[in-house]
This record gives sequence, C-alpha cells and structure tokens, in this order.
Amino acid sequence: MSNRVNVLKTCKLYIGGKFSRSESEHYFQVLDKKQKPLANLCRASRKDLRNAIQAARKAQADWAGRTAYNRGQILYRMAEMLEGRRDQFITELERAAVSRRNAENEVDLAIDRLVHYAGWTDKYPALFSSVNPVASAHFNFSIPEPTGVVGVIAPDNGALIGLVSLIAPVIAGGNTCVVISSEKHGSIACTLAEIIHSSDVPGGVVNMLTGFRADLVPHLSAHMDVNAVLSAADDTDQKKIIQENAHLNVKRVHFYDGTDWLKEQSQSPYYIMDFQEIKTTWHPVGT
Amino acid sequence: MIPDFKQTVPVDQIGVDERVARFRTRSIKKESKLFALKLALQMVDLTTLEGMDSPGKVRQLCYKALYPHGTDPDIPRVAAICVYPNRVRLAAEILKGSGIHVASVATSFPSGMGTLESRIEEVKYAVDEGADEIDMVISRWAFLKGEYGFVFDEIAAIKEACGPAHLKVILETGELETYENIRKASDIAIYAGADFIKTSTGKISPAATMPVTLVMLYAIRDYFLKTGTRIGMKPAGGIRDSKTALHYLVMVKETLGADWLNPDLFRFGASSLANDLLMQILKQKTGHYQSPDYFSIG
Amino acid sequence: MSEKEITTRQNLHFDELWAYDPAPESPDYVKIEEKYDLFIDGRFQEPESGRYLRTVNPSNETVLAQVAEAGKKDVDKAVTAARKAYDGAWSKMAAKERGKYLFRIARLLQERAREFAIIESMDCGKPIRESRDIDIPQVIAHFFYHAGWADKLEYAFPGYRPRPLGVAGQIIPWNFPLLMAAWKIAPALAAGNTVVIKPAETTPLTALKLAELIRDAGLPPGVVNIVTGAGQTGIEIVNHPGIDKLAFTGSTEVGKLIQKAVAGTDKKYTLELGGKAANIVFDDAPVEQAVEGIVNGIFFNQGHVCCAGSRLLVQEGVADELVYKLKMRMESLIVGDPLDKNTDIGAINSKDQLDRILGFLAEGVEGDQKIYQSKCDLPEKGYWCRPTLVENVSQSHRIVQEEVFGPVLSIQTFRTPAEAVTLANNSPYGLSGGVWTDKGSKIFKIGKGIRAGVIWANTFNKFDPTSPFGGYKESGIGREGGIHGLLPYLELSQ
Repeated sequence: MSNRVNVLKTCKLYIGGKFSRSESEHYFQVLDKKQKPLANLCRASRKDLRNAIQAARKAQADWAGRTAYNRGQILYRMAEMLEGRRDQFITELERAAVSRRNAENEVDLAIDRLVHYAGWTDKYPALFSSVNPVASAHFNFSIPEPTGVVGVIAPDNGALIGLVSLIAPVIAGGNTCVVISSEKHGSIACTLAEIIHSSDVPGGVVNMLTGFRADLVPHLSAHMDVNAVLSAADDTDQKKIIQENAHLNVKRVHFYDGTDWLKEQSQSPYYIMDFQEIKTTWHPVGT
Repeated sequence: MIPDFKQTVPVDQIGVDERVARFRTRSIKKESKLFALKLALQMVDLTTLEGMDSPGKVRQLCYKALYPHGTDPDIPRVAAICVYPNRVRLAAEILKGSGIHVASVATSFPSGMGTLESRIEEVKYAVDEGADEIDMVISRWAFLKGEYGFVFDEIAAIKEACGPAHLKVILETGELETYENIRKASDIAIYAGADFIKTSTGKISPAATMPVTLVMLYAIRDYFLKTGTRIGMKPAGGIRDSKTALHYLVMVKETLGADWLNPDLFRFGASSLANDLLMQILKQKTGHYQSPDYFSIG
Repeated sequence: MSEKEITTRQNLHFDELWAYDPAPESPDYVKIEEKYDLFIDGRFQEPESGRYLRTVNPSNETVLAQVAEAGKKDVDKAVTAARKAYDGAWSKMAAKERGKYLFRIARLLQERAREFAIIESMDCGKPIRESRDIDIPQVIAHFFYHAGWADKLEYAFPGYRPRPLGVAGQIIPWNFPLLMAAWKIAPALAAGNTVVIKPAETTPLTALKLAELIRDAGLPPGVVNIVTGAGQTGIEIVNHPGIDKLAFTGSTEVGKLIQKAVAGTDKKYTLELGGKAANIVFDDAPVEQAVEGIVNGIFFNQGHVCCAGSRLLVQEGVADELVYKLKMRMESLIVGDPLDKNTDIGAINSKDQLDRILGFLAEGVEGDQKIYQSKCDLPEKGYWCRPTLVENVSQSHRIVQEEVFGPVLSIQTFRTPAEAVTLANNSPYGLSGGVWTDKGSKIFKIGKGIRAGVIWANTFNKFDPTSPFGGYKESGIGREGGIHGLLPYLELSQ
C-alpha cells in the first residue's frame, strides 16, 4: 500500500468543452502555501485565448437560447458536482492557500453560491423587466438579454469562491465566458473546470485559461469579439489597460477588485445585471 | 382578377391613426385655403334623409343647392342632393338642367334588411324617377358572418339594376368596426362594380372618420394601381366644419393625388357642412368672421 | 401586386392642382440675444476664455447669436460650482423638494413651449411640426416623469439604498438639442446629482433658454451649469477630475475616445452612440403602414437620428410594391423652411453634415448603386437634402455599413426570416431595429433575434420618458429613460 506511487494530474486548459494543452506548450509552476511546487500549469498563449473566445462565441447563442429553467438546473448541477467533490477541493485549497477550516468554509460557500445563482436564472428577468406606460397607443416592455461573450479575470483572493462568484452570475444570465484564472490559484481553476465539464454545462460556455495575466489581459480586452470584461484582479495598471482597450469596440467593463467574496452579501442579482442589456420593444395596440 | 376575400389585407389601426394625425397638422392658408373651400363646396352631396322629409323640405334643399349663397356667381354649386326615392321626382324636376345630380338612397336604407328583389325594385324605381346616382347599403349581417360572396353578388345585382346611374356603395363602417373589415368591404364593393364607395348612412355612430376614409382610399389606390380604373370616395355623416373638410382634401391629395380632387371622384355626404364652407369662403374673401344669421339654411 | 402590374400601372399626380401656401410660424415672437455667456453658478458669466462662437440658422445661413466658448478655466469654474451645489443645498434638500423643482421646470416649459419650439427649429433646422409636436412635448414629459422619481428611488432598488454620484458631466448632440438636454438633466437631478452640461456647438440656443428658465425656477445656483463650446470644451469636461459621472450622446467615434480617456479613473459613464438600424418588412406586413414607418424611420428629423431605420430590409415578394409605394409617398414630403408648419423635412444641421451626406451619395453614383430622390423643390439658401433611396446595395457597401445621419435609406431584399436577422445583425452597431409583420409569433422571434436595445414592431421612432433607450455593442453603454435609466446616476449600497 505504502509503496504505491500516486498518479498526478496533468492540468490543462479548458476550451470549448475540451481539455487541451497550450498550443505554445509553455508552462509555469505554481507553489503551494509552503512555497513547494504544487503543479505545472499551462501558460495560455494569445492563440489559446483566441480559440477560447471563438469557442465562447460559438456557444453563446445556444446558451442564451436555453430556457431559464434549464440554465438554472445546470447551475444547480454544478453545485451538486462540487458538493460531491467537496473533500477534494478542501484538500486542494488547504494545500494551496488556506487553513483547513477556511478551506471548508470556502468550499461550502462556493457550493451555496452556485445554488444561489441557480435559483436566480428564472427570476431576475422578472425583477428587472418592466412594462412601461408610454403615452401612446403602444404596448411597451423592457427585458434583460445577455451581453454576449464576457472576459472574466479572476481575483487572487478566494481561489475558489472568487472564481465561482464571478462565473456564476455571468453564465446564469446567458452569457458565455473566457476566464483568466488567478496566477496563484490556477490549479483550483483547473479542478473547477472539471466540475463544469461534468455538470451538463455545454462546451464553450465557460472556458478556463491558466497563465499570466500580463500575457492575456491586453489581448482579451482588445479582442473585437468580446462584448464585456469583468476583472476582479487588484491591478491598477491592468485596469487601465482594460479600460483603454475596451474603447475599441465599446466593451462593457466592470471591476470587482476589493470585494470580499467570502461575505454573504457578495452575491446579488445586480452581478447578473452587470452583463445584461435591456431591450425595449414597442408594439401598437389596436384591432 | 377578383381577389380571394377570405384573405385579409393587413391594416394596422394605430399606424392608420398616426397617418391621419399627420394630415391634420397640414396648415392650409390664404389662396390655397380659398381654393380648397370652394372645391369642398362643389363636392357636397346636400343630404336630407328623415322620415319627416316632406316635399316642402326637399324643395327647400334643392333651392339651397341651386343658390347656396344668394346669387353670388363666385360661389360654386354643390355636387348633388341626396334624398329618399319617393322625393326623387320632385328633386329631379327642380334641379333639371342645373348640372346638380340627384342621388337617392335605395336598397332598404339604412338597414338593408329587405329582400334582394325588393331592394332591386327600389333601385329601379329611383332611377325611373330621375335619380342618376344610387347610394346602396351592403348587407352588414352577411359581411360580418363571413358570407363575402353573398355581399359581392348583391352589389353586382344592384349595379346591374342601376343601369346608367352611378352606384355608391355604403359600407356602414361604424358597424364593421375594424379597419381590416373596412378594407375588405371596400375591396368587395369595388370589385363588384361600385363607382363610389361610401362610409356611412349617417344613422349609425361613428359615421365617417378620417382613418376609416383613409383605409378606403388605400383600397381605391390599390385598385387603380392594378387596373387603371378610378373609383370615387364619399365620406358621409359627421363632417360638419370646414377645417375637417380641408383635412379630408389634404388626405385625398396626399394619398390619391390631384386626379381625385374633383366631384366626379370625391364627395362629402353632409348637410350642415355646406353653410360652414360658405361662412369660411366669405371670411376669406371679406376678412371678417361670419355669423350663421347671414346664411340660408337648406 | 405582381411585377407586371407595377410596370403597367399608371401614375398618380401629387404635385398638381392644389399646392399649400406657406404657413410660417412667426419668429418675431421669440427673443434671441445677440450674445450668450456661460451659465455657471446660477448666473450668466462671461467666459474666461474670452472666445465666442457663432451659431447659424442652417435654413438660411444667417447668424443667430454669438455664444461663449468655455475653456479649461470655465469648465473648472462650472465643475466647482456644481460640486459646491452638490455638497451644499442640493444634497441636503429633501428628495420631494428636489422633485418639486423638476415639476416646476416642466410647468415653466409648458408655458413657454411654442417659444422653445421656434428657437429649436431656427437653430437646429428641424421642422416646426416636429419641434412643436415631438421635441418640446417630450422634453416636458421627461421633466415630469423624472420629477416623480426624486422621492421614490428606493422603490426602484428594493433592499438597497440608492445614493447620487455627485457631479455629472454631460455632453449632448445637435440632433435633438433640448430633448437631449432633458434626457440628461432630468434623471441626473432626480437622482440627486448636480450637472455640468455642454450643448452641441451648432445648437446651443434652447439649452441657454433653458438656463434662463432654470434661473427663473429658482433652482439653487450651481445645480445646473450650462457651458457652451465645441469639441475642446467637451474634452475639458471629460478630463476634469471633479466629474463623477459622464453621460454622452453622440457619435461612436467620439464615444470611444471618451471611454479611452476615462481609463484609469473611477468615473462612471453612459454612452448613447451611433446606429445603423435595419427596418425589416415581411411580405405579410401592413404595407401602407410599413411605408409610413419607413418614412418616419429615416426621414424623421432629416435622418439626423441615431436610431434611424437607415437600412430597409424587405422580403423579395413584396419589395417591388413596397418600394413603389415608398417612392409615391416621398412625393408628398415637403422639404423646406423649418418654420413652415407644412414642412416635413427641414434643413440639414450644418454645412459639414451636408457635405458628409453628399459624399456618401457621390460614392454611390460612382458605383453601381441606384439613387432615387423625390422631386420636391429646395430653397436656394441653406443646407438641404431631398429624401433619398439607395438601391442596388449589398452588405459590403459603405452606405450599408456606416452611419450617414441624413435622409438616406439603403434598400436590400431578403428571402427568409433567418436571413433578415443575419443581415440586421451584421453590423458593429445595435441601437434599434424594426419589424413589420402581421404575425405575432414572428415579431417575438425576430425581435429577440435582433441584437439591439430598442425594437419597434409595426411602428418606428417612438420615444417616451418611461421607455428605456440605449444600445447594444458599439451603439453604447447604459440606458436612458424608464426605471432602467436611473441606475447610471446612482450607486447602490446595502
């Protein structure tokens, strides 16, 4: 028994529902909290990013076209899968970043957060829609629709909960996303990708990249087929780059840095609404 | 080719109403106003359609038609007078040689609930008595029941009975309610042989409105574009003041063009409108606002 | 109607027998000063810059007034005044009192509605029918609508506490000068912010008249500051560190520059930018009303409308009839004196804009595009463009891709609903779209398919203060109007 050699996991990028190595074959090493090597992660290249964005675009219309009920069930399925691998995440988190107690708390919270957003999919449209009493013979209503493809830049705080707190509202709202995981906590992102993969989330809805933000953020924020960028990374220079590049195609930009994702209040339908567009429709009322 | 009347030509009610609101914003001033007022007066079918229409009343109406405002030669005459069949002979005698037409409402006016035979009989009687225009009513019950062939055949039969007289087909739009019904009834009437289509009997409210008339003008236009044949239009009932009449003319001009701006193709079925037009004409000519005391009633 | 019927049909005659005499709204009734200063801190002040610009009546090229050009120091003064007003009277005032000021502005505007309409038409070139019946009534409605929100904001965000952002810098375009001012000022004040607003260079007069009215309304000094000027004045507002929130309506080009300029700051912003809307007509549409909708979609306000239905997509089976009727309808459109009550299409707002429009048309003539214009007469002086159709175009033509911002409609045909949606969405813009069909389920399908913020189904170019307006993609960020227009002027806390 004790002679048995552990089988180590190869961490890969998750693009279009498939796990693959970086086309560049570059890697980087992440350390655990004791500064020992934890894993070798793929260092996603600009081309990997492009492929991920293409996959996200390809998946977007179908994902947005699913019923809210269906999206909610799939998010709930993610929670179920995470619950099933609760111990693994606690172990990984403990090794990578935090105390056992905090790891337990974080995983539980991440599961609950997924459940929270799973329940929102078929409710936020009702809360944020309106029938507008226009002063003419028209029926006029406004409804939220997903913004499209969202670039998500994960925070360094809350290796798991930060990631979940960003991804869940974005996809709950019918968007697809390309996630640039935390440089420190890429291994957790890899494992979360496995959860996503096994949860009936269609390929391309969430694309998970590991790598260096400096490599990827400029290209993500400048990519003309990305509709919005969400960054929770605490990096003033990169925020400026994102904002500057956003102007190329009028991307929506939201910064969530400084948020404590472990707080109960760090979830709300307004996170969903940040990546929704309001569409207003007019129609005459007559016979 | 006769269209399939089971197929509905789509009409958006609010869009029609909005188009009409645009016509109403046209501001008609100075010479163009005087021109239009005189034109409108020439388009009036001076009408009396009451159970109490005695020969005396009809005689009075005919004189009003002949002498709208004394003997002022600058004031044009109206297009026609419109009476019940039993007053046609009297009217025809008085108006003989004046160029003013005698129109009569035959076909069990206003309900149309007679047998086809009796309605045809009535038409023939009115024509024999001297009417050169017949204003018939359609069988609204049959139309609303979807029996479009029945309505079509009736109109065709009555058209035949008219002989040389022009046929105006009254749709009674106030009972048809929707613009799509009005469009459909217009098409049926036109294809069945109407020379004019007319909105209302004047006995049902609402009578003529601008949106309803616009829908009918569109039907006339489409028929013209297909066949090259011009059908006339007569809104009737509810048009009492000059401003409204001018807005109707704006609508005709901008929908069908100048060719329809004459009494051969456009009429107003009205009684009190004539005097309001006269008052406005006099106002334009004199610069003073007028009083009804100075205008004879018809 | 079949192709054969169309080729053999006879023509109608719209220009004969009876023409309308001129029916001008008299400008004698309004008073325009020779010179206007900047409205800062509740009073008109001479610009530190010492510079003045001229504003011209585009329908006769006469100078209407000299208008101050705010420089950096002036903008700074305005922002300082706005900050002082925000920290002082405005933020301390009870919300319901704030609302009453907005109601008061609305009422004063109602009283002076015709005066504002006349000035708008003189300065902007739009027909009096529109300024009188659409612009000014909408301005008033916007103030009324938002006045009521002032003391009800917490109902819009259950569970959250909404708070104003501070000083809003606002930059507005020349196509709906006073209406855009209302769209900006009313929600900003209702939410409790103070305002520094810059009207467009070519159309400052109604905003300056509004300044007089705001002064008369007794609004605390500095709550609304109106700084006139050109592009540079706008840049000073965008870059001023004392601005908490920017609201811009204008071209996508400038909107992008603003988005870039605020990089690295905490300024919030909303952008209402350009558009290239598809107006899709199916073969089961109410044809006559579709024609009206197309006319209203592209010729409203000389086509100077960001949400104009500038691309007609018509199903092949009905294309001949529709285009024929559209051309017929165009013959009754009157182009000319904006102050004439019968004018349908007024003056192009400026020489620059006219040159830009004519540039598109010249390009079309050189290519194989078929250009059709109505036959109406044009005045000798001033900037004019006849209502124009461009046929024989495809998706790759510049006129299909770029915003002309003039009375120019490109016409393409399609075969299936899916093709129509694909063509509609094949654009970086996403502001509005039109659908014409008699079939309800098709409206929902197509309306959902079009990636745009406003869908007009069996209607076009309708606006209302209760109805949120704004774009997808490069047409902008955020919404104005309705409950959704409030959040851009607020921050929420739990």
